[in-house]
Amino acid sequence: MAAPMLRWGCRGRRWAFARVDGGSCHRRGAPTGSTSNQIRGESSVAQQPLHTAQKTRKGEHKWAAVVGLEIHAQISSNSKLFSGSQVRFSAPPNSLVSFFDASLPGTLPVLNRRCVEAAVMTGLALNCHINKKSLFDRKHYFYADLPAGYQITQQRLPIAVNGSLIYGVCAGKKQSQVIPKTVRIKQIQLEQDSGKSLHDNLRSQTLIDLNRAEGQLRVDANISVHHPGEPLGVRTEVKNLNSIRFLAKAIDYEIQRQINELENGGEILNETRSFHHKLGCTMSMRDKEGKQDYRFMPEPNLPPLVLYDATSLPAGADPQQVINIDQIRETLPELPSVTREKLVQQYGMLLEHSFTLLNEVGLLEFFQNVIKETRAEPKKVTSWVLNTFLGYLKQQNLAVSESPVTPSALAELLDLLDSRTISSSAAKQVFEELWKREGKTPGQIVSEKQLELMQDQGALEQLCHSVMEAHPQVVMDVKNRNPRAINKLIGLVRKATQSRADPVMIKEILEKKLSL
Amino acid sequence: MLGRSLREVSAALKQGQITPTELCQKCLSLIKKTKFLNAYITVSEEVALKQAEESEKRYKNGQSLGDLDGIPIAVKDNFSTSGIETTCASNMLKGYIPPYNATVVQKLLDQGALLMGKTNLDEFAMGSGSTDGVFGPVKNPWSYSKQYREKRKQNPHSENEDSDWLITGGSSGGSAAAVSAFTCYAALGSDTGGSTRNPAAHCGLVGFKPSYGLVSRHGLIPLVNSMDVPGILTRCVDDAAIVLGALAGPDPRDSTTVHEPINKPFMLPSLADVSKLCIGIPKEYLVPELSSEVQSLWSKAADLFESEGAKVIEVSLPHTSYSIVCYHVLCTSEVASNMARFDGLQYGHRCDIDVSTEAMYAATRREGFNDVVRGRILSGNFFLLKENYENYFVKAQKVRRLIANDFVNAFNSGVDVLLTPTTLSEAVPYLEFIKEDNRTRSAQDDIFTQAVNMAVSIPVALSNQGLPIGLQFIGRAFCDQQLLTVAKWFEKQVQFPVIQLQELMDDCSAVLENEKLASVSLKQ
Repeated sequence: MAAPMLRWGCRGRRWAFARVDGGSCHRRGAPTGSTSNQIRGESSVAQQPLHTAQKTRKGEHKWAAVVGLEIHAQISSNSKLFSGSQVRFSAPPNSLVSFFDASLPGTLPVLNRRCVEAAVMTGLALNCHINKKSLFDRKHYFYADLPAGYQITQQRLPIAVNGSLIYGVCAGKKQSQVIPKTVRIKQIQLEQDSGKSLHDNLRSQTLIDLNRAEGQLRVDANISVHHPGEPLGVRTEVKNLNSIRFLAKAIDYEIQRQINELENGGEILNETRSFHHKLGCTMSMRDKEGKQDYRFMPEPNLPPLVLYDATSLPAGADPQQVINIDQIRETLPELPSVTREKLVQQYGMLLEHSFTLLNEVGLLEFFQNVIKETRAEPKKVTSWVLNTFLGYLKQQNLAVSESPVTPSALAELLDLLDSRTISSSAAKQVFEELWKREGKTPGQIVSEKQLELMQDQGALEQLCHSVMEAHPQVVMDVKNRNPRAINKLIGLVRKATQSRADPVMIKEILEKKLSL
Repeated sequence: MLGRSLREVSAALKQGQITPTELCQKCLSLIKKTKFLNAYITVSEEVALKQAEESEKRYKNGQSLGDLDGIPIAVKDNFSTSGIETTCASNMLKGYIPPYNATVVQKLLDQGALLMGKTNLDEFAMGSGSTDGVFGPVKNPWSYSKQYREKRKQNPHSENEDSDWLITGGSSGGSAAAVSAFTCYAALGSDTGGSTRNPAAHCGLVGFKPSYGLVSRHGLIPLVNSMDVPGILTRCVDDAAIVLGALAGPDPRDSTTVHEPINKPFMLPSLADVSKLCIGIPKEYLVPELSSEVQSLWSKAADLFESEGAKVIEVSLPHTSYSIVCYHVLCTSEVASNMARFDGLQYGHRCDIDVSTEAMYAATRREGFNDVVRGRILSGNFFLLKENYENYFVKAQKVRRLIANDFVNAFNSGVDVLLTPTTLSEAVPYLEFIKEDNRTRSAQDDIFTQAVNMAVSIPVALSNQGLPIGLQFIGRAFCDQQLLTVAKWFEKQVQFPVIQLQELMDDCSAVLENEKLASVSLKQ
């Protein structure tokens, strides 16, 4: 436990629905960007126009869903949020537990500077307002993996608030168009993680691991549905979703369940639910946690967390004792939105391509390395990286770092293509050879397999001549102005060259010979 | 030798008049003789003798660690001591042996002090009598003093002597009794709302609550984190200053300690005159319940300062009357939170019930905590409920700010220290004390001490019954040295008499070899 966690509350992501044919079928529409919905807000909600995927029949009610996410992300730090014990993946159970982590009486929390810096950096990256002063609170509940009986978090005054994140949504006929959307971020808070419970139902035992350095991401989704223009519906909370796929499934399921429930005259209870990933459905959790009163109280052992910027930094302050927001801002790497914009401007890339490049770990770097080493046009590189290369990766479920093809090899291949040494179909063949990881360069593969384009005009003319002689009927068709016939001849010549000849060159020779 | 002050015995050690081992053995033997006082929960005899041996080597090699090297001390049983059972006088922690030392304990050991044992208290320091711990009440050594006994003989109504013993006050009553009965030279208490000053006043000792943030709380099993301060109990002000010098300073393990450098050691100058001092007398502290004896001593003390040239003025702390109820809300809320970790899972008591985790929690906590602790947990959780939080906890926090501002305003008006009573009266007999419940007693007994950040109780004189009465000096936060300097001057003027325990101990010669039959300038 006590692994440092960042908690993001994302609010206001919203789906809109149209009921179709009175049945239960629904479609997820495009989430509306920059809505001002507060899922817990009891105040009036500014309604945005609904994006509905299908037309609604007259007299039928549309449903709108409101979804807010609470995202628990583990901070990459060497030691825990409030203790000096290490954070390490897959360490033996309870091997990284300090006296504080075990909640021994008399121990006190000591805030980890690295975690604060990570939180500030996250806040800056997500366009948040960084609170110069934030506070810690205790959240109480009894659970075997919570040894203190409370969790230290930032309920009242968190370290960062009011941010936003731009993300892309696939749209269009083939889902190929990417529309940028914005989700608002309510707050980012530093929170101590609880331990991990392993239930042994056979022996009615629960084993507790207080290391808690696993599971980098955990999401709780708050979901409600309502009719547009009417007050928000009662929400449910689906807890402990640990993958994006399950998150999407759980949300879809829960929305549909709520709609069905309401349409059948039922009501939605404000409750905590869990997602059963094998059955693909959500279920009410029988514990009382949903209605529990956490009895929040200020954490008396941690003074307010005070951050500085260039203007408020006290003169002569010890840099080890203070955290300077401006300094962290300087170390912030280029943010994805900026990178995407640069890609679009620099390479004339489509926005959706820039999203794809950034969504895959290492892909952008791979792309940039290829660009650096090749004379080929950026558009060509983009196409090869996103279609051929990424296609092969996906097919074999590999990460970019596991690719058998290096950026240099692809660059060399694209150079061969660019210089018209090989045809693009030969290039595909070379790529497939490269993927076999036999340690050969594209040049070697081309010469071994004799994939070079035929540059010898005389030889090619000879070949054309032979083909024409062998296929007098096709030649007649050409002469009779059948426009497709010439393509047939070109194909026959190419076949005879084992696809090594440039079709443009063949066409020129044929046209000359046929005196067209 | 045992009757000497820490400073005096430290000098004797340095001069080789006595060795640490001899001193340790004398104290251990006295601990055994006074076992019936119930001052100690655990006597760490082996540890102390081992430490004495090492100290002795250092003295022999001329490598003494300072004033505390070889000095027997005792520690309240709510400070974590590595390898030594730490119970908080509760069933819940019976058998719990911490794997680490509280910072204050470590600092004392680093200075060469000998840990004689862990002292008795009210369960989890919740009380003002040291009567509500699972190991039974602590008896006030003054019950057996010549001074008290002689007065009682004159009283024809006094009945059974044995059942008529007095309480020490609390919750650090074990520490107070240990120092008062000469079994050690200084003891750590903890002080949240008076838990060090109150028993100090009842046992004729100096009881000091340093400024919050000056001394680390790491390892102190908390009552109210935002008010707890490790307290110091000694026989004179100079001794308290020596101990403070060893304890004060920032601790990376306690984020609420302040980082300002501290003048070390805390040497106290002897004030030649007090004419530049301004003493404030809070008018709200003159309450109807105040005994006439205490009131009379209080005003005589004020007269003393005035006659010596100090400016003595009446000040107002207008929010004083709210302090008890404010403290109640804040204290019980933090208690509810702090006690949540005692669930029987990892350490301490666990019940036999295992039908479910929840059932185990409930039974463990019922068996582990006494009524007082459970009552406070219940109230605290009530105040923290979402529906009550604003009305109780937040309001109490606001009131606390107003109360704290009262003190700031008083000090900003030019007052150097405030002079007040420490308790309403002298110590009462146990049978008398338990007629009221813990909550009522705490509310009465801590009336002058609860709202106070930094203060010291100084023994002033004996009551008509021959029992000690203390007065309290309250200082501005982080002006600990100034406060102790004034207290030292006052201590010198009043010449509080040494407790006479001849009837209690055969070994009276050892105890009383340094007895000063001083005149008491503030006689009734």
